[in-house]
Amino acid sequence: MKFHGFAAGVAATLTLFSTTSAFAVTEISWWHAMTGANAEVVDKISKDFNASQSDYEIVPVFKGTYPEALNAGIAAFRAGQSPDILQVFDVGTGVMMAAEGAIKPVAEVLEGAGLKFDKSQYLPGIVAYYSKPDGTMLSFPYNSSSPILYYNKDIFKKAGLDVDNPPKTWNEVWDAAKKIKSSGAAACGYTSTWLTWIHLENFAAWNDVSYGTNENGLAGGEVELKINAPIFVNHFQAIADLAKDGTFKYGGRTSEAKQIFLAGECGIFTESSGGLGDIVKSGMNYGIGQLPYDTDAKGPQNTIPGGASLWVMAGKTDEQYKGVAAFFDYLSKTEVQEYLHQKSGYLPVTLAAYEATKKSGFYDENPGRETPILQMMGKAPTANSKGVRLANLPQVRDIENEEFEKMLAGQQTAQQALDNAVKRGDAAIKDAMGN
Amino acid sequence: MTPRVVFPNRVLPYLLVAPQLAITLVFFYWPAGQALYQSMLKEDPFGLRSKFVWFANFEKVLSDPAYMNSIKVTTVFSLATAIVAMSVALLLAVMADKVVRGKGIYRTLMIWPYAVAPAIAGMLFLFMFNPSIGTLAVLLRKAGFAWDPLLNGTDAMMLVVTAAAWKQISYNFLFFVAGLQAIPKTLIEAAAIDGAGETKRFWTIIFPLLAPTTFFLLVINTTYAFFDTFGIIHAVTGGGPGKSTETLVYKVYNDGFVNLILGDSAAQSVILMVIVIALTAVQFRYVEKKVHYG
Repeated sequence: MKFHGFAAGVAATLTLFSTTSAFAVTEISWWHAMTGANAEVVDKISKDFNASQSDYEIVPVFKGTYPEALNAGIAAFRAGQSPDILQVFDVGTGVMMAAEGAIKPVAEVLEGAGLKFDKSQYLPGIVAYYSKPDGTMLSFPYNSSSPILYYNKDIFKKAGLDVDNPPKTWNEVWDAAKKIKSSGAAACGYTSTWLTWIHLENFAAWNDVSYGTNENGLAGGEVELKINAPIFVNHFQAIADLAKDGTFKYGGRTSEAKQIFLAGECGIFTESSGGLGDIVKSGMNYGIGQLPYDTDAKGPQNTIPGGASLWVMAGKTDEQYKGVAAFFDYLSKTEVQEYLHQKSGYLPVTLAAYEATKKSGFYDENPGRETPILQMMGKAPTANSKGVRLANLPQVRDIENEEFEKMLAGQQTAQQALDNAVKRGDAAIKDAMGN
Repeated sequence: MTPRVVFPNRVLPYLLVAPQLAITLVFFYWPAGQALYQSMLKEDPFGLRSKFVWFANFEKVLSDPAYMNSIKVTTVFSLATAIVAMSVALLLAVMADKVVRGKGIYRTLMIWPYAVAPAIAGMLFLFMFNPSIGTLAVLLRKAGFAWDPLLNGTDAMMLVVTAAAWKQISYNFLFFVAGLQAIPKTLIEAAAIDGAGETKRFWTIIFPLLAPTTFFLLVINTTYAFFDTFGIIHAVTGGGPGKSTETLVYKVYNDGFVNLILGDSAAQSVILMVIVIALTAVQFRYVEKKVHYG
């Protein structure tokens, strides 16, 4: 055991300098961005895979936050030292897709190793997001999450709201939030993490409205944003109005608002299903509901995944690709997926793992855990709800956030904010595609 | 004029400066040259397709209103940080100079914040002034200020300036204390005998004699505010809200490493390099002439 740990350490160092191994086994380097409990899952899965066979050895290397891991991968590729597997977060998907010469589609890797990739075994919403327009799967979905609604039952009770029925539509959320504020049950009614991911990208998919042309970028890179359509404007104007008297409280661009909810400042909260762990840990009397939908639309469609997927880098040997394929095959196993889902809170990527978890009674004990899966599986994705893919999604999100902040500070209306976001976003996309 | 050292051997002097030259070449000219080359390329993040575009990136950057905003933000931020850090440090140094007992303890305590890493200083201030959980934010709100650095650009700027200045005060303090010690006591005593009050003595004797120190610190503080405050801004505001705390250095990082627009980012760092060279040259050429080195 001791020797094994030492060898892994040496191997981790060696892979940085050489792709040919001095060991009998073929090493597969895996750069990831998982911390805490999720990092333990990475280590355990790798260790179990290595123990399960003797031809390949997965060497996980922690590379910092999601953007840092992506940058490390890019820098390594430019220096000709890329890892075999690179974990890239959802918004980096467009960046990776645009880099055709730098990656090898997962479907090809699996087929090259003689393994069959049966798409029907995987959750459709997730597979669609990580596939090319022609259906070729490009990256392996490792950790996926979906936004859901959380609420503080104690605050609901104090405000005289129905504790067992969380708001289902956005109008109900606004009403409940106002009631929480006016009754004095809490300082603020509603807060949310990731305004861009939840209130634009998922809002569009869930309500089946277009985020941008070309199927939100999945059918082609030339995208014009459609986020200044009336349904978005009305939605954001409602948020801006609530922000004026503090009924809606802004936390920040990413997951900062979680602290506000955990501190008991706000009664209602929308966040990734991956944020559940911290809420459970806080000991709060919480409830979970579906992501609310807009009554002006046709009703809930399906949500789109957040999280990250595993990309295979180009230019490796056949032996290495065979190892990667073997590892992905192992990752797809029901018991591995079950473990990953139950331990990390991310969604299982195979239907079998979902069924098995259901049978085990896990969802009866943890009712909220099924909500994000049901949201994503509910209906077959439409042209509006497969996801959002832009070559420069991080930049577009930045632009959107900046405009929202100006709007929430009362410097502009929702219409102006979204018009500006479209104008600046379109220019940035055009520029990114002009390479 | 100091006497010139003459080496009998013609090669030896070059050999002696060679290590220094090598370091400068490898760690300054090489990366600077790379940045210059990169700034004229239009390239995807992976470097798969690249195009030489001459000065198109510069044109784009300089015509971008966001870049102009960033220049404004940087000016306000650097000036405010330098002024706050230097004036508070000077006040503390003058005070500490007057302390009779426990001088060493005061000084040691004053120097500690300098050992704190920028990102950690940023986190400390972030916690103290966090609108939801910050102790000082609660006090501010009780005192009637609508404190909200998450949405109010001015509040956010005040927060990063405070954090950046706080960290630099110790360093400035150290130099001011040393500067004060170098002022001959006889001058001050003579002025006192002539009937000059404390304020008068400070402005007519101490302050002018501290000029070399002040000048040195001005250069150091400006450079600090320009380059070393990235960690603080990254940890506290991330350039927001809107773009109200996006300094030039932060924009270089954000465009290059988050948005992956390498050409723009490189063009910006080249511009930044030019600005700093110009700034330092101006400071040494014009401001220094007015400084009286005792």
